[in-house]
This record gives sequence, structure tokens and C-alpha cells, in this order.
Amino acid sequence: MSATEFKNPVVRWIDYRLPVFTMMQHELHEYPTPKNLSYWWNFGSLAGVMLVVMIVTGVTLAMHYVPHVDHAFDSVEHIMRDVNYGWLIRYVHMNGGSAFFFVVYIHIFRGLYYGSYKAPRELLWMLGIVILLLMMATAFMGYVLPWGQLSFWAAKVITSMFSAIPLVGDPIVTWLWGGFTVDQPTLNRFYSLHYLLPFVIVAVVLLHLMALHQHGSGNPVGVDTRGPQDSIPFHPYYTVKDLFGMGVFFLVYFGFVFFAPNMLGETINYVEANPLQTPPHIVPEWYFLPYYAILRSVTFDIWFVPAKLIGVILMFGSILILFLLPWLDRSPVRSARFRPLYKQFFWLLAIDALVLGWVGANPPEGKFVIIGQIATAYYFLHFLVVIPLLGLFETPRPLPKSINEPVLKGDSAASTKEKR
Amino acid sequence: MRRKLIVALAAVGLAVAVAGTAAAVEAVKVPSQTWSFGGLFGTFDRGALLRGLQVYRGVCQGCHSLKLVAFRNLQEIGLTEDQVKKIAAEYEVTDGPNDQGEMFKRKGNPSDRFVPPFPNEKAARAANNGAYPPDLSVMVKARDGGADYLYALMTGYREPPAGMQVPEGMQYNAYFPGHQIAMPSPLVEDGVEYADKTRATVAQMARDVTTFLAWAAEPELEARKRMGVKVLLFILVLTGMLYAVKRKIWSDVH
Repeated sequence: MSATEFKNPVVRWIDYRLPVFTMMQHELHEYPTPKNLSYWWNFGSLAGVMLVVMIVTGVTLAMHYVPHVDHAFDSVEHIMRDVNYGWLIRYVHMNGGSAFFFVVYIHIFRGLYYGSYKAPRELLWMLGIVILLLMMATAFMGYVLPWGQLSFWAAKVITSMFSAIPLVGDPIVTWLWGGFTVDQPTLNRFYSLHYLLPFVIVAVVLLHLMALHQHGSGNPVGVDTRGPQDSIPFHPYYTVKDLFGMGVFFLVYFGFVFFAPNMLGETINYVEANPLQTPPHIVPEWYFLPYYAILRSVTFDIWFVPAKLIGVILMFGSILILFLLPWLDRSPVRSARFRPLYKQFFWLLAIDALVLGWVGANPPEGKFVIIGQIATAYYFLHFLVVIPLLGLFETPRPLPKSINEPVLKGDSAASTKEKR
Repeated sequence: MRRKLIVALAAVGLAVAVAGTAAAVEAVKVPSQTWSFGGLFGTFDRGALLRGLQVYRGVCQGCHSLKLVAFRNLQEIGLTEDQVKKIAAEYEVTDGPNDQGEMFKRKGNPSDRFVPPFPNEKAARAANNGAYPPDLSVMVKARDGGADYLYALMTGYREPPAGMQVPEGMQYNAYFPGHQIAMPSPLVEDGVEYADKTRATVAQMARDVTTFLAWAAEPELEARKRMGVKVLLFILVLTGMLYAVKRKIWSDVH
């Protein structure tokens, strides 16, 4: 690919010394993208948009927020009341967290359905899981900042998980807190890290994009692009498609921001943190509920390993297991469209995740205990048993020879040429 | 394999159905009301806001602070600058230290916030049988049920059901979690004399002060909804145009 000739002399001058325009031309305009991507492929760029929204609103909020146990709660209300459009910036940020996770979860399940994690995109997938972990840490610490009742108690419950580690557990928790309970040092460091981590996410996102552009997007059919007839330039085709998808998504997102800004939050977080009063129900935000259910699912010790430790291991394991997925799934077929059994188990996993979320929202009593245990067991069975077995025993449906073939249904010249 | 899946799905469905009925037993259902500030285009009823301010000042503020609301904010609910100054001047604010290094008392200014009735939590508890009357600034956002709950609470004082012992200093309330509340029934018939001559029934006062507190908790509500309608209309049109552009650009692909 030769260097592009730019007409504008200034652009040419800059590009000769710093080839940013060549790079943009290469990565946006020439970048070949499969022509058959469905709207499920919109969610990657949407996640990128949400990251920018979160950073811009977050930096603005940080100009007015006070990370002090005596002032944090009131400073958030100061933003809501006295800062120009402060309520808008805060509600965009607050609901933006939910929107970001919603988009990313769809993006991940898209990857699961279409086998996006398979060779040669294993590192692309793993970098995505790293982003998810970083997002979770960022969201958790951000939730602590308004210093409401659940901010405080979520911080306490989640950091206390580390006390389950044998021998060094308690010292680690003290180290995390910067004291003997969640207090000023904890709030201060969470604020610092909540500001830092998004920029780490940006860095990993760039790696994610580098890995993506190495082999290009997967596609709903799951067969590789075999030539120009299978692909179209990213710009303008997918830029405009992504923009249209963004419009639809923003209708919902801003619907929440302007008309139900507190619907996804817990009312009790508008009560200032009180270390002496435990709220009746401590629940995380909706996007953490499935992990919370897994964490609480273990109610029994196994030999000398305490239940709490197993719960913590399972909770982290539920995400870490995704790193192994490219090697657990031995099926050579990527897309679930051609894997009749995998398709059904995929939907079962999706339902399982919803059930876990529902269990996580309820107190761990009665039937919720056993449902949570079954759902947790199924989650791990899916990845550790079902997927490896399907790779061995499932008979996939015949694959199309190319992307172009299913796209062009008629007997056009292009498809017959491709068949040869 | 398929049969197992169907069984599993049926089990999940059953579990969801069973849980739905169980959850309803737990919380006390608060009757839902129609509020002027509800819905997509809702605005605060100005009359109710002013009456609610009267109820807060005449009844609630003896025990409950409203520390996030400034007197100047009252201009947003329809008071003139002079009226706000007059109200602010009725409060005594501790300021200082002065050049002698001493704290002093002065009359409130519009820029001051509502002065809490007690200097600190200990003082509030000492004066209220050990109970702490919470700040009301964000109360409507801070309780499940919001405005409906507040209204139900203030109008929910009843005789305890037969067999239930309510301890000394506590009252029975149909909607308070646990039904035992330290706050005595705050509203009595004609407890305030409304400037606009509205009859001050308990229900009327409860509605008015709830509206006022809803404004105190979300003073941005009207601006938010007004802007929201414009923003959503804008995005709707933009998305429609983007769809047209997308169709045009993609027309040569299929």
C-alpha cells in the first residue's frame, strides 16, 4: 500500500513528517470491513463513545467534587444545585455508567454468540476482558465517591472480600483501606484511582483496536473475508451505520438522563454515609448483581477452605474463565448460526446471567440460595464442560464458502466467480 | 439434549413466577398519587409550593433541617427578592469569627441556607427522646416511593392493630417500615393558616409540603424535563436523517 497523495499542501507537509493522515486514511477509509455486519456490531464503537462521554463528564465533575468524608455528599448536591448544568453533567455521568456496562455486556455476548474470541482474535478478546475488569474497578470506586449509605457499605463489603485470603487477608484489607475501616484515606485513594483508571482503559482500548485492525472484524457468518467482494471500506459505510445506531442508543440513554435519572440507582444512596448504621439491604448497582449472586452462592465450607474464600474465588473466576475461552472452545466453527447446539446453550447462558442478576438483587434467603447455587453451577458448567464437549461432539451445519455468497442471494456474477 | 433444555427453561420460569409473589409480601405498598410534577411535562404547582413552604416553616422546621436549600432558591418557586430577604431575615445565623476573634449572630441573608433547628446530631437527639429527625433536603429522592411515600407517611398515623404493643414515645404508622415511628403525627387540621385561604386539612397540608420537598430535592426537575423534551426531539430528527443518509450510502452495497 503506497503512501496516499494529499491535495492540501499543509496536510502533505505534516503527513510527510508525521504520518497521521496516512494512518487515518489507512485505518478508516481503506480499512476493509466485512460487508455483512449486523447491528450487533455497533456496540464496539458505542462503547468507545461511552468511554469518551464518561471521561469528559467525569473530568468536569472532578472540578467541583470534594473527596472528603465530611463534604463529599454535600459537594455532589452542590453540583446538582449550584453548578451551571451540574445536574445534567452528573446525571449523564451517573447513568453513563449503566449505559457503558449495558453496551459492553451486549458487545461481549455478541462475541460469545459469533465466536469472536477464536483464532486469530484470542488476544483481541483477552484485551477486552482486561477492559471489563478495569471498568469494574473504576465503576466500583466511582460509586463510593458520592459517599451515600450504599457507597460506604459497598466499599466495606467489597474490600472485606480480601480478608478471605488466608494468612495475609486482614493486613491486605487494612492496607486497602489505609486504616482500620473505610474512611477518609479510602475515599481519597478511590478518588485518585477513579480518575486514573479510565486513562488506563483508553490505553488498553488502543491495544484492543490494534489487535482488531490486524485481522479485521469478525462477521455474523464467521468465515474469513476472501477478497474485495466480501468487504467494504469502514468509512463511510460503517461510520454512518455506527452514527445511526448511536442516535437510537442516545434516545434511550438520554431518556433515562432526563426523565428517570434515578431509576437505576438505589434511593438509600441519597442518605449520607453512616458507619454506625448498616442498611437493611446492601445491593450493588445492577451491572454487578450477577457477580454478587455468585459471591454469595457458596454457603458451605469445602474441607478446610472457608465458604467466603470459595465465593470470592468463584466470583473472580467467573470473569477470569473468559480468558481461557478461546482454548476451551475447540469447535472450528465461529458463528453460532452454524452450531445448532451451541446456539441453544448460548441462550441458556444468557438466561443464566439474568437469573444470577435477579438472585443478586434479593436477600440471600430461602429459595434464592438454592437458585443462586444452581445458576452459579450452570455458569461454570457452561464454560468448563458444555463448551469443550460441544467442540468434540457437535456437528456443525455446512458453512457458506464466503461472505459474499449468503449476502448475494441471487445467482450473480460475483458469487459464481467466488465459488470457483 | 433439547428436552433437557426445555425442562431447564421451565424450571427457571417457574422460579421467577414464585419469587414474584413472595417479594410482594415484604414491603408495605404505598398508594400512588397524581403529582403536578409527574410525567414527561410535569411542573411544580406554584400554589402548592408556596403553601408547602408555609407548612415546612410552620410545622417541620421545628425539628427537621433543610440545610441544602438556600433562601435565594425560594425565588425559583415564585417569591420576590424582597419576600426572600424578609424570610431570610427571620432566621438567626451564626457567623464569624469577627476581628475580635469571636463568633456572632446576625440576621440571615438570601445567600444563607435554611438554618438547622439544632446545632448538631447530639442536640437533636437530646431534644427528641433519642430520635434524630433527618434532614429533608433530598428526602423525596432518598426513600423508596418518593413523594408517594412521604404523603402516605404523613397521613398514615392510625390506632395500632389489636394485639400490637407500641412502646412509650413511639407511634403506629401504617407506612413506616416496621410501623413504629418516633415522630408524632406532625399535621393537625388547621395547623397552619394558609396565605391563600386554602382550607388546611391534613391531606391538603401533606400534599403541599410533599410538593415543596419534591422541589427541594430536585430543584432542577422543570428545567430537566423541558430540556429533555427538546433533546429527545433533536436526537429523534437527527437519527431519522442519519438513517436516510445510511440508506443512501449503503444503496450500492447489496
